[in-house]
Amino acid sequence: MKQVEGIPANDDREYVTFEIGGQLFGADVLEVQDVFQPHAITPIPLARTEIAGLLNLRGRIVTAFDARSRLGLTAREPSSAPPMAIGIERDGETYGLLIDRVREVMRPSIESFEANPVHLDARWADVARGVYRLKDRLLVVLDLDRLLDSGVANQAA
Amino acid sequence: MDDLLKDFLTETAESLEVVDNELVRFEQEPSDKATLNNIFRLVHTIKGTCGFLALPRLEAVAHAGETLLGKFRDGALPVTPAAVTLVLESIDRIKELLAYLETHGVEPNGDDRDIITQLEDAAMGRLSAMAAPTVDIPVVPEGPAPFDEQGNAYDYDLGRYLRPGEVTLAALEAAFRMVDGPVPDPLAAPPPPRAPVEVKVEAKPETKSETKPETRAEARANSGLGGEDDEGGGAGKTHESALAAQSIRVNVDVLEDLMTLVSELVLTRNQLLQMNRVADNTDFKGPLARLSNITAELQDSVMKTHMQPIGNAWKKLPRIVRDTSRDVGKKIDLIMEGDATELDRQVLELIKDPLTHMVRNSCDHGVEKPADRLAAGKSETGTIRLKAYHEGGRIIIEISDDGAGLATSRIRDKALEKGVISPAEAEQMSDAQIQRLIFAPGFSTAAAVTNLSGRGVGMDVVRTNIELIGGVIDLKSVEGQGTVFYIRIPLTLAIMSALVVGAGGQRFALPQLAVVELVRAGDKAHPIETINKAQVFRLRDRLLPLVDLSENLGLDTTSREGPTRFVVVVQVGAQPFGVIVDEVFDTEEIVVKPLASMLRGHEVFSGATILGDGAVIMILDQNALARFVANQDNQPRKQGQDETASNAAVEDGEQSRFLVFRAGGAQPKAAPLSLITRLEDLDATTFEVSDDGYVVQYRGALMSVVHMAGAHAMRREGRQPVLVFHNGARPLGVAVDEIVDIVHDRLNVELASHTPGILGSAVLKGQATEIIDVAYYLNAIDRDWARPVREEKAKSLKRILLVEANPFFRNLLTPLLQAAGYEVAAAAGVEAAHKMRERGLAFDAILSDLDHNAEEAAEFGAGLAHDPLWGPALKIAMSGAPEDASEAAQLVFGACVAKTDRASLIATLAHGLNTRNAA
Repeated sequence: MKQVEGIPANDDREYVTFEIGGQLFGADVLEVQDVFQPHAITPIPLARTEIAGLLNLRGRIVTAFDARSRLGLTAREPSSAPPMAIGIERDGETYGLLIDRVREVMRPSIESFEANPVHLDARWADVARGVYRLKDRLLVVLDLDRLLDSGVANQAA
Repeated sequence: MDDLLKDFLTETAESLEVVDNELVRFEQEPSDKATLNNIFRLVHTIKGTCGFLALPRLEAVAHAGETLLGKFRDGALPVTPAAVTLVLESIDRIKELLAYLETHGVEPNGDDRDIITQLEDAAMGRLSAMAAPTVDIPVVPEGPAPFDEQGNAYDYDLGRYLRPGEVTLAALEAAFRMVDGPVPDPLAAPPPPRAPVEVKVEAKPETKSETKPETRAEARANSGLGGEDDEGGGAGKTHESALAAQSIRVNVDVLEDLMTLVSELVLTRNQLLQMNRVADNTDFKGPLARLSNITAELQDSVMKTHMQPIGNAWKKLPRIVRDTSRDVGKKIDLIMEGDATELDRQVLELIKDPLTHMVRNSCDHGVEKPADRLAAGKSETGTIRLKAYHEGGRIIIEISDDGAGLATSRIRDKALEKGVISPAEAEQMSDAQIQRLIFAPGFSTAAAVTNLSGRGVGMDVVRTNIELIGGVIDLKSVEGQGTVFYIRIPLTLAIMSALVVGAGGQRFALPQLAVVELVRAGDKAHPIETINKAQVFRLRDRLLPLVDLSENLGLDTTSREGPTRFVVVVQVGAQPFGVIVDEVFDTEEIVVKPLASMLRGHEVFSGATILGDGAVIMILDQNALARFVANQDNQPRKQGQDETASNAAVEDGEQSRFLVFRAGGAQPKAAPLSLITRLEDLDATTFEVSDDGYVVQYRGALMSVVHMAGAHAMRREGRQPVLVFHNGARPLGVAVDEIVDIVHDRLNVELASHTPGILGSAVLKGQATEIIDVAYYLNAIDRDWARPVREEKAKSLKRILLVEANPFFRNLLTPLLQAAGYEVAAAAGVEAAHKMRERGLAFDAILSDLDHNAEEAAEFGAGLAHDPLWGPALKIAMSGAPEDASEAAQLVFGACVAKTDRASLIATLAHGLNTRNAA
């Protein structure tokens, strides 16, 4: 079962939760390096839209990756609050996933976990591991690798 | 101590560590061939290097060890613990000798007869009878004892090689060493495994040493070698070197980390300085200044860990020149200048091989034989000069010789012969351009292939390697006077000097290495002019092609102010071009950071960097900028071989020349150049309308002309470009809108087409191009075009079988052969051909493709030789690269021709058939 892989039963995992376009998402804490406020993102001409640009994070060059664009959401309004970034380390390279707002770290019960609804947008289904039914809202678990991976695959195509 | 010796010691110490471990492993698993081979190789290397450095004792021990190992390897001797112990002992001995060498700079006097004897005995199989470690005592009586007893080394050696009936180098060398002085009697101290050294050390009576005996003894004691206890303690310790304390090996990653940290520190310092300037707090001034200085020094030091004198890359050259010149019977002096010039260790490693190759080349091809030199009025001894110096943030290395220079005519002939250039190109090329052809792939000018160079992987590899590190290579040669190669390389790969420019409100770094000059342009005095959208600039009476950075990067150009621009003149290869930017900021030393893998394939940028103010900017790749120029269709394309060569360097595989043109629509179309006889630019008003199309008087005859995009597209006035095809009897014209270019590229039809007249789409020069089915258009003009000659030769109509797996070439060659007056049957492969044979179809000639599957083709051809039906047919092989055709194919098929070479294919066929008829 694809949806449950990476989320073993009887194991309540901890998630860093954040909002993108009003939806609550979660990423496994173990996959998140840090959360930071990106400054001065240098756009990369001719790059794909998901790639927001490069930024300087404590002397390292980090590739900023726009989650909104990847999920097929509209671009961020210039008037809205500046994005936050989730630092992800992958193959020795650091990526910053741009999201709208960071929420708390939580440990939802595995009991409330469910596979992706069958009619979920293919683009989302591709990067979502499943959904937690929280009390008042739904938490979509993101597979960060896939999120970035398909980015690479798109690039190659 | 000599640097070379130092390197040798460090390297050998490492090798020995490995040998120790490997031997132990080998002892446990004697069947492991790989381990044994590894040991053998390491010991062999040590032996070789010792010979090179004139260290006879080390060499002799290593040689004896190697001999024994060789027996193991060949399976001539079983691997016993005793034998392995012996080898380990010899390794220990080598270590002891090395330790002495390290402290004294010379080999200790004395000899290693004891251990060598044991090793040689073992190699002869005597050891195998013995029990493990305490084998020493039996050795003496059993083996060369009589000879030892004589105390005469010469006799001893004589005895050695008389008995086995073989003369080994070690024995000879040992013999020579023995003459040096009296030799201790090994029997006096029957050697336990590690004992021989002590015996030797103490008994050493020779006086040939440079150091006095007392000094030597003292030094030995100091180094822990002199005492017997130390010896017993194991040689592993003894080679721990003083050298190791002075230089340590540090993991490159650690150094890289240091670099990154220092870069960050510098940035932080800059921020602090900036803040202090604003706040103007005097309390901080002093400490800040100190911090600033220390940071700068730290940066320098860390940088130094990356720098090495270029002389390190040259060390082996004198030896190479000496050996090479001896091999080829020449007299050559090597002069090296500027060997202290420092550059990045990484760069150094990368240019070592190209430099060595080039110096070899100069010895081999450049400098003439003494007799030739005398005849040319030069001194008998040739000179090769290596020179390195800094210039504008890069290093220039010149390799010059006063030899024969490059023979332009020979290079031209060879290039033509190898198809590197076309005859038309050859005519246009200057001598300098011709000479640069030696950088083209697969080019080797030596008349004969020597074992030194001339293997055909010469200068193109050098060029590729140098370009890999952002370098440039060029040459100047005067026939009869010599050749100079210029290599321009960056000092370091990690840090480079970059020009920071602004375009579309963003900043970009442009490698200073590529920047020739900066010009202000766009005002009245220095306007940017356009020729049909192509921007050019008059620079010192030459037109400089321009590319607009903002436009090419798709940046916003609306915010541009005023007409003034800056033109950064960039040179990549031979062609300079200008890059239009909005602003020019500064030159900065930047630390190049690679782009994330997600961004690679994004070839416009070679990396990114963090500027002093903390901003991240992209580094432009100068080669990508050059591509911008090349991709502008209206730009004057650069002439000559530079382009051909560079293309050929990146592309391998089958390449053909294509004529690229436009006809109806913007998408370029292409046809193989080999099919086209001439390109004409005819006066459109001379076209006349006949009952079934246009005709024009062409070379005294009427030629039918059809426009590829349809009759309506034919021009009524002005010039009309026409592709002229010729079938040997009469020409036919196909008009097009515009002839764009001739490209040399590998054909890869990616999309087959169902549109008549289009074979499919292929990417040529990075652009999707429709490949035209020439036959379709020719048939459209004149249905009989393909058969005109046939009527004349009706009686002798020849049938040809074309076996070709590639549909493109099948489609191409069939009409071609038909046009030449043959009846053609095409088979898509060997299998299809066999089916035709079974059906009893007879042919006069069989053309078989070799490229699809050479083996299968050769088998096919060989099988036909005895076939009653097809045996008598003329067999010709075709290939994209006939010079590569295998020998088997050559034997089976009478001839092998290039399938893209229409003329020679037809000629070979006609000649073959005629000869056969006559016979």
